[in-house]
Amino acid sequence: MKLIADHLVYEYNRGTNQVVRALDDVSFVIHSGELLGLIGHTGSGKSTLVQHLNALLKPDSGSIYYDGADVFEKTYDRKTLRARVGLVFQYPEHQLFEETVFQEVCFGPHNMGLAQEQVDELAYEAIRRVGLPEEIADQSPFDLSGGQKRRVAIASVLAMKPEILVLDEPTAGLDPRGRDELLSMIVELRRKEGISVVLVSHSMEDVAEYVDRIIVMDKGRIRYDDTPKAVFAQYRALEEMGLAAPQVTYILQDLKAAGIDVNAEGTTLREAKETILAAYARLRGSGK
Amino acid sequence: MLRDITIGQYYAADSVIHRLDPRTKLLATLAYLVSLFLFDFPGVYVLAAFFLALVVILSKVPFGYMVKGLKPVLFLLLFTVLMNMLFTKGEVLWSYWKITITKEGVMQAFYMAVRLILLILGSNVMTLTTTPTRLTNAIEAVMRPLKVIRVPVHEIAMMMSIALRFIPILLDETDKIMKAQQARGADFESGNFIQRARSMVPILVPLFISAFRRANDLAMAMEARCYHGGRGRTQMKPLRYALRDWLAYAVVLLYLAGMAVIGRRIFW
Repeated sequence: MKLIADHLVYEYNRGTNQVVRALDDVSFVIHSGELLGLIGHTGSGKSTLVQHLNALLKPDSGSIYYDGADVFEKTYDRKTLRARVGLVFQYPEHQLFEETVFQEVCFGPHNMGLAQEQVDELAYEAIRRVGLPEEIADQSPFDLSGGQKRRVAIASVLAMKPEILVLDEPTAGLDPRGRDELLSMIVELRRKEGISVVLVSHSMEDVAEYVDRIIVMDKGRIRYDDTPKAVFAQYRALEEMGLAAPQVTYILQDLKAAGIDVNAEGTTLREAKETILAAYARLRGSGK
Repeated sequence: MLRDITIGQYYAADSVIHRLDPRTKLLATLAYLVSLFLFDFPGVYVLAAFFLALVVILSKVPFGYMVKGLKPVLFLLLFTVLMNMLFTKGEVLWSYWKITITKEGVMQAFYMAVRLILLILGSNVMTLTTTPTRLTNAIEAVMRPLKVIRVPVHEIAMMMSIALRFIPILLDETDKIMKAQQARGADFESGNFIQRARSMVPILVPLFISAFRRANDLAMAMEARCYHGGRGRTQMKPLRYALRDWLAYAVVLLYLAGMAVIGRRIFW
């Protein structure tokens, strides 16, 4: 599995005096099993971009290649593509409509034209995979809590067995605990099943801990496509784009500026803890 | 696809027509619409079309954008033309079996089509150049005399402005929900009529829920700001006539006079 975005250009309001270039020559690759963070300020084009990944939007120029095939080719089976590239929209709980959680999760696999037995199996499996108890299957999705509803919506996409799971702002509106639980569930899914995950967010804290690679978007263009460490080292430039590095980066940078010998490249809480403790131990050892 | 709907939508631009007081535009549009139906001498349509073209050019709204507004009423237009053509009595031009087409019928159908097109384009100019808020302000101002007979003018205007304001929001929402369901493999295009109607359920249920949620939020927000109807309410930007509005009224009066002159065949 490999997905290539090739020189995508997309404009809103074509043919009026308010043309907005949402994507401006965007190219990148998603590899198999990768956990990719896509970050950008509101209006940077990230939501527009993810809708291209499963061919919901057609670019004005450029194309997407999935396993080598151009997905905007006339005869390409885009319905199957949408099962392979599972896209979970922002606030996905707003798309729920069925009477029970189980029927809700069946919607995706059912649309793929599978036999009922297979659909049932996939649905139960998906409910389990997102960490919901099986008893919930017969309840109305509208009776659940916000966090649970969101899991149901994610399960309904997972039930189609996607090879890439794209989540647009999956933690928006969740409390810190719900956020951590959801993100670790996603990381766990990827670790156990080897699916690729694209995590779209405007929050560095969300992505820094988990992702292997970060793509930073600004005004419809890709500004950085690198490891979290390399991207966060540019935190001054990120600030100009209305973004910020994780808080620990700032603490480490400040410590370093104050003359304390820490490794300022840390981006996660664990790395920061280690380097600060090590510096502290060195200071005590030198008797200052 | 949903973004193509232009009825009631505002097209932002900086033009004389945009800057006119909404009351001027509302009354002028009404006068224009009435003028289309008062006279039925062919010459008047030339003047009416010319007048509209002038306004459209002044408004800086691209002509193509304007014409898009005709699409949804195309069916109505064809139906009217056909009916007029088939059921008007007069001098027979062509007949086959029970179908006869008369000279009067063709003429009548042609006038009807021209009238309808001008009517729709004329009202489109108003909505495209006036924001919904300003338009409802104008309606409220124009209807104010009705308060005497206890018509809840302010409430009607408020309901209209909320309804208008929610059209683009709900269209956006529908677009989003359709895409979300398509991402889950939904198919809205294929299948027979019943299958297609059933495929609307996954759109309509979330759309209704979201409409109620939004209505609830809005009611709460209005109450939190102590909204209690029209009494004693002032406006941040009260409507005020400027010189250009009086000039516009003068132009409209000239136009009406021209229509009357041609339509009543005063000089010949």
